[in-house]
Amino acid sequence: MEILAILIPVSLFLGGIGLAAFFWAMKTKQFDDPEGDAQRILTKEFDDKPRQ
Amino acid sequence: MTVVDDFAQGAVRAPISACPACAAAPSAERIAAMRADRDGRIMLSLPLAHCAACIQTVEGALSAVPGVRSARVNLTRKRVSVEAAPGVTPAQLIAVLAGDGQEAHELDPGLLSSTETDRQGRDLLMRLGVAFFSMMNVMLLSVAVWSGAEDATRDLFHWISAAIALPTVIFAGQPFFKSAWASLRVGRLGMDVPISLALILASSISVYETWMSGHHAYFDAAVMLAFFLLLGRYLDHRTRAIARSAAEELAALEVPRAIVLVDGAEVETAISLVIAGDTVLVRPGARMPVDGVVLTGASEVDRSLLTGESLPVQAQPGTVVSAGEVNLTGPMTLRVTAAGKDSSLHRMADLVAVAEGTKTRYTSLADRAASLYSPLVHILSFSAFGYWMWATGGDVRYAINISAAVLIITCPCALGLAVPAVITSASGKLFRKGLLIKHGTALERLAEVDTVVFDKTGTLTMGVPEPVALADHPPQVLALAAALAAGSSHPLARALADGAAVLGVQAAEVTDLREVPGYGIEGQWQGNLVRLGRADWCGAEAIAQTATYLALGGQTHAFAFTDRPRPGAAEAVTALKAAGMTVELLSGDAEAPVRELAERLGIANWKAGVLPAEKAARVADLSAAGRRVLMVGDGLNDTAALAAAHVSISPATALDAARVASDIVLLGQDMAPIADAVRIGRQSARRMVENFVISGGYNVIAVPLALVGLATPLAAALAMSLSSITVSLNAMRLK
Repeated sequence: MEILAILIPVSLFLGGIGLAAFFWAMKTKQFDDPEGDAQRILTKEFDDKPRQ
Repeated sequence: MTVVDDFAQGAVRAPISACPACAAAPSAERIAAMRADRDGRIMLSLPLAHCAACIQTVEGALSAVPGVRSARVNLTRKRVSVEAAPGVTPAQLIAVLAGDGQEAHELDPGLLSSTETDRQGRDLLMRLGVAFFSMMNVMLLSVAVWSGAEDATRDLFHWISAAIALPTVIFAGQPFFKSAWASLRVGRLGMDVPISLALILASSISVYETWMSGHHAYFDAAVMLAFFLLLGRYLDHRTRAIARSAAEELAALEVPRAIVLVDGAEVETAISLVIAGDTVLVRPGARMPVDGVVLTGASEVDRSLLTGESLPVQAQPGTVVSAGEVNLTGPMTLRVTAAGKDSSLHRMADLVAVAEGTKTRYTSLADRAASLYSPLVHILSFSAFGYWMWATGGDVRYAINISAAVLIITCPCALGLAVPAVITSASGKLFRKGLLIKHGTALERLAEVDTVVFDKTGTLTMGVPEPVALADHPPQVLALAAALAAGSSHPLARALADGAAVLGVQAAEVTDLREVPGYGIEGQWQGNLVRLGRADWCGAEAIAQTATYLALGGQTHAFAFTDRPRPGAAEAVTALKAAGMTVELLSGDAEAPVRELAERLGIANWKAGVLPAEKAARVADLSAAGRRVLMVGDGLNDTAALAAAHVSISPATALDAARVASDIVLLGQDMAPIADAVRIGRQSARRMVENFVISGGYNVIAVPLALVGLATPLAAALAMSLSSITVSLNAMRLK
């Protein structure tokens, strides 16, 4: 059962990374136009970051 | 923020108008304020944009315009924001987009900025994310406990769960705690009181149980509760935010600008800065921005939006015009008598605001469910506590455990999602069809409709004339008419020229073309004077229909026009009748065009020459007779009826006042989505009721278990997640 001492912190840490990524995505307005972003992947124009 | 802004503006303005004389004259300060109004950011609404190709077309076309720095489409909100050099005008961009087949309307970025940064929505989303993270992690630990972790391991897992769950409940639960506190302070039991109680009770009992090395801890239930309820809250907020931004967007659709003449110079000015006594220039084709008296110029004005008449009225110096009328032929200068809030348009809008109040009294399904639910849950939980205190002879720990389990199990996860999930799904569907839902309960009210009342001009018709039986005229007459019509921008002349072009008519050679504003256009043809214009000017006998007349020597010809029905109007009427509704047509226009349209669309009940008050009265009569009326209209003469109806729809081309008064706005030109709206409204009302039944059903099974003390955290988690998921899936069944 000692493995728990490693596994639980690891799972929390990984979850925390996900949460931090979510915060970052929200702060950089990635959720402002979900429908447009879904359609934009179909265009040929390369668009490496959202314009403000 | 506003305080600071006002202060800053005041500080800048004060020194400029330091001398009293400058303040009196139309000063540099005012002109500066007028010019400063224009910045480089332009917002356009794109009602028809829906795909990747549309994004590319719009962005490509706009980027190609000289002076445009960047253009970015937001497909979710169906708008494009353009960064451009100051010289670029919205009208120019709209023309470019129209060339590519994209309908566009100008929006006022000033009004929109407030909806752009949706602080509250982002705040809720953040809490939702945190709750989701904790729910997943706590669930991981809880599954281990449920599958048989014992003693020290179980206690350790409970402690870790507590370390994750407690901060989460404190952070994510704030919206509920705040609103519960607010409702308690005014002495009411809102929906959030049992929610907050369940959150607090579940967390504190679990901490106590963990401390005592107990078997059951409800940490997972507490965070799950927070997550599902926040989800419902977020969906609800999003619907409201869309409705609010829709209302603001519509207010912004008609960008309030006027051309003010200051010392002979034309200055484009925000309408809020125009004051009575100013002189305003109205170009042909533009809408009167203010109430006023014509100073110079002669023209015809189109009053159809205000009165429903489709025939233009003549205007000359001294004629009184109201805001909202359209100037047709010649440029005119007006002396402003009332602007902005004092104009007749705004006074009408105020009347509508009064009528609106009656609509908010409609109790939605969610309200009715909450008013039943809240007291019931409290009674259940407290009586469970009382009973077990008595039955166990004063075992507080056990009794509190049971009453907490009751609160947690009955907690309205599914109830909180039942309505928002359906409304989100339905309004998303309708938005894709080009309908904006402005009011939260509009769908429920739409579901109850059994009578539909239409307005004619601008609603069932485009408000654009179309020549009747043009091919029946002699070719020579047509050739002359085409030549004359080409020289004018009057809507009838343009329709005539377009019609002739479609027939392939070769225009005759007419020289010395001269437009006489307010009357028509004349020229020389083979040494004879030819005229195209008003009946009296051409010396012709006026006919009953909308018409323009051609005078050639002593002979006259009349070209009759009819108003083209909107695309999809016939389909919408047929579909509504097929759905078992009574369809009526009430118009302020003359009898002949109304009868013609009614017959064309198959509407048996029609009435012409109806005054605005009579429209409202008719709607009120129908309501009094127990009918639920859907009113569809666009003009100022419809606003009272729109506000009085059970639910109302107006096209995006309608006047501000009409759009404000209506619950749903049709963004595109096609009418057919109206029938879809009614169908989807009925479906969503049914889904809402189903959702209440589903979540009620879960409670019927789970509550007795909790009351007898058989509910474990596992049962609570199952009931909660299953009911929430079923309810959401049911909402998505909408077609």
